[in-house]
Amino acid sequence: MSDNGFEPRIVGFLCNWCTYAAADAAGVARMAQPLNVDIIRVMCSGRIEPAFILKAFAEGADGVIVSGCHPPGDCHYTDGNYKTFRRMPLVEALLEQYGIERQRFYWGWISGAEAPKWARLVNDFTEQVRALGPLGWQRELASKED
Amino acid sequence: MADTSNGKLRLGLYWAASCGGCDIAIVELREKILELDAAADILFWPVALDFKYKDVEAMPDGHIEVCLFNGSIRTSENEHLAHLLRQKSKVLVAFGSCAHEGCIPGLANLFDRESIFDRVYHETPSTDNPEGHVPHTSYQMPEGEVTLPSFYNTVKPLNQVVEVDYYVPGCPPQAPQIWAVIETILSGQLPPRGSVVGATEKTVCDECQHKREEKHITKFYRPHEIIPDPGRCLFDQGIICAGPATRGGCGALCPSVNMPCRGCYGPPPHVIDQGAALLSAVASVVDADTEEEAARIVGEIVDPIGTFYRFGLPASLLHRAKLEARD
Repeated sequence: MSDNGFEPRIVGFLCNWCTYAAADAAGVARMAQPLNVDIIRVMCSGRIEPAFILKAFAEGADGVIVSGCHPPGDCHYTDGNYKTFRRMPLVEALLEQYGIERQRFYWGWISGAEAPKWARLVNDFTEQVRALGPLGWQRELASKED
Repeated sequence: MADTSNGKLRLGLYWAASCGGCDIAIVELREKILELDAAADILFWPVALDFKYKDVEAMPDGHIEVCLFNGSIRTSENEHLAHLLRQKSKVLVAFGSCAHEGCIPGLANLFDRESIFDRVYHETPSTDNPEGHVPHTSYQMPEGEVTLPSFYNTVKPLNQVVEVDYYVPGCPPQAPQIWAVIETILSGQLPPRGSVVGATEKTVCDECQHKREEKHITKFYRPHEIIPDPGRCLFDQGIICAGPATRGGCGALCPSVNMPCRGCYGPPPHVIDQGAALLSAVASVVDADTEEEAARIVGEIVDPIGTFYRFGLPASLLHRAKLEARD
């Protein structure tokens, strides 16, 4: 499957109403996708605390996906996705300062009707993270121990 | 809990990588320090009294009843003393923000030893070091070998090196809170192990007297860029205030003089990452209805780690920045 045997672990935080539905539909429609994304379903992308993303990286994720309903009007809770698009640019800046490559983090919008878009994202993002190699945060900490 | 022959509490105080402010905070007890002296025998306090490490090494294990350890772990000497004092103390307290969560010295975790040495010994405008000397852990002099402790790549809070019984937050801990902690210790009624003491269970906002309204922030200001309206919530005025993500107990000292809270009391209970919590609070109240507008407004925040993790980077989920491999 890969040249170097590295299989990235990717954590995907998906909102219940749009992107999770898309991921479900992509599965039902048997769209080909690699098995590297562990999906965590949350009720709204506005529920995704920045700490979730950092914790995923700290505990071994090589990449993180955050995806919810399209703004402005798709959010099941009216404006939960507004919280997302206000926070995520700052999370990007934070990750950059931490030295985590920009390509390890995707955030965006996939509606329930966009199953092919989800399948494409999983394929493209997995290859993108695979090309970067492992993040290995715990190893990074251990190597900078003293 | 005092069970010495003279009935006094056997107390130790130490400073690792710190500025000395935590020791000053103890002196800030003022006349109460006489009460402390009446109640406790100070067995070790390098900043104030002439003790040697060998005095501590000669003590039986657990001889010090309570050790207030301030400062983070930055050098092999800091770490050695952390292990030694853990062994010699019944109760080890991480005293102050450095020992609690790394504090300002912990911002060095954005760099490593090599880049810090480069900066300090070669690059700063005030450096006068024509021969390019940098510290070595060992050097051969005609008289024999002289040694220095080694300087670590990563700053750690005390609990990443040894087990810690209690935490007293603050940069520095406020004197009334220190006294309350000492009274608790003297009473022998200790809270559950691992507790944060000398602070509240709520946030700084809970103690702050400023008037809060609904937040609609279209521009963030750094403290020197604006003269805030007195009496109005600083955060409402676009000044990033760490109050919503910081444990109370200081009495909201900084906001009371119109300086934003910087977060020195650490995260409130149940918050696993203070910086992420503050980032979330700050970004959520940005008054932007499009992605571009939101990105523009939050993009003006200079130095997100330095702003959101000013006191807690080593204790955060990621602990430090990853660095590009150097050749």
